Amino acid sequence: MLFINGESVKQQKTYTLQELKSKFKHYTYQLTLECGGNGRSEFNPPAKGNQWTVGAVHCASWTGIRLKDLLEDVGIKSDAVYIAYHSADTHLSGDPSKEPISRGCPISKAMQEETLLAFQMNGKDIPLAHGYPLRLVAGGWPASVSGKWVNTISVRNIVHDGPKMTGTAYRVPCKNVAPGEKVEDKDMCIIESMPVKSLITYPKSGAMIKKNKSINIRGHAWAGELEVSKLEYSIDFGATWQECELEKPTNRLAWQHFSATIQFPKIGYYEVWAKATDSNGVAQPMVVPGWNPKGYLNNACHRIAVKVS
Amino acid sequence: MKRDEEFFKKIKKAEKTAQYAMFFTSLATILLLLSIYDPTLSIFNSQEKLYEEVVVDEDRIENGIHVRTGLKDGKGLMTVVNNCTNCHSAKLVTQNRMNAERWNETIKWMQEKQNLWQLGENQEIIVNYLVENYPVNQVGRRMTLSNIDWYELKD
Repeated sequence: MLFINGESVKQQKTYTLQELKSKFKHYTYQLTLECGGNGRSEFNPPAKGNQWTVGAVHCASWTGIRLKDLLEDVGIKSDAVYIAYHSADTHLSGDPSKEPISRGCPISKAMQEETLLAFQMNGKDIPLAHGYPLRLVAGGWPASVSGKWVNTISVRNIVHDGPKMTGTAYRVPCKNVAPGEKVEDKDMCIIESMPVKSLITYPKSGAMIKKNKSINIRGHAWAGELEVSKLEYSIDFGATWQECELEKPTNRLAWQHFSATIQFPKIGYYEVWAKATDSNGVAQPMVVPGWNPKGYLNNACHRIAVKVS
Repeated sequence: MKRDEEFFKKIKKAEKTAQYAMFFTSLATILLLLSIYDPTLSIFNSQEKLYEEVVVDEDRIENGIHVRTGLKDGKGLMTVVNNCTNCHSAKLVTQNRMNAERWNETIKWMQEKQNLWQLGENQEIIVNYLVENYPVNQVGRRMTLSNIDWYELKD
């Protein structure tokens, strides 16, 4: 059962999973979900939390109903600002009065065509670990917005204040700070769209090739709410950049595929660096970007090691 | 003649009844003996022992590592094991690198948000253990690629 409540609904309503599936039109999109803390392990001084390196991102195909269709069916008041999810997940302490996480997004994001209440991932029921039977999918934003095992959607007349919405969780300093600087909670702002980023997914780092052989690299690139407009690679630590082949996204908020064939001029140790630029002309930095207390938004260029002999 | 046949039939019937009685009496006797001399029915079990009970110290240390949790051996180890690995994996602790001030803040956060109990005198023991055994690495703005797993790339 999905329960819809909150200060800004015209009426509280419940739907069975079957009703959601039969009453509303289904849509399928490939949506990029990346953890806000992907790349956290590179921050210095180190930031607390799961020490992600590069892997906390994926772009599955999600099938479900548009959240906006559901909200229109329920009826929301004009003072609505935020939607929040609540889920069947239990708190680590076992305390039934606590929730592990309850986040959400502004109404404008909730009303996007690609924001889904999904019941299928890659054409099948969502695996349990990914939120079976129903989850929110808000591509391009920190993946914690895309709540799993959702059983309630609340329409709030304030910015949602559930666990992991407040304090330092999924927030960065509103103004830039020096590495290690103390930041008051009131000076922390909620992360919305994720920054431009790319990953070389082939070959694996550590490839050894013979001289005169070329390497075909490929990978994915994404840019939060935006599109990636350019992808370049460098084999000289950023001194010169060459453009890669870059495909259009399957749909808005899907990651894009890139590829290039690279020749190496001499034998020796190389690093292949990839750099994506978004549709606003903003590129990935080669060094780790602005430090923040919880280590979010590290979109520094990815690189792989190659040896030519 | 007819009477003989009837008599014969009766004898047969009596014989059958006796046979049944014998069978059930024997069965009852066997069960009775078993219940007295071998109540666990061990004669039906294989004589070989299928498993051996192994007694291992669950807090043993091998190569300087507390095997059960993966934590480094050091002063305060068991205080950390007993207070920090009831709710979550030790990896959640050791993947982080913090100074004493930030570990203390983290403990306060766990008490406020995650129902961690008051640690009392143990807090200092725990924080000292963490700072000593899992010190902060200075990684700069970008690390040199390390632990590269070199392999021959085929076409």
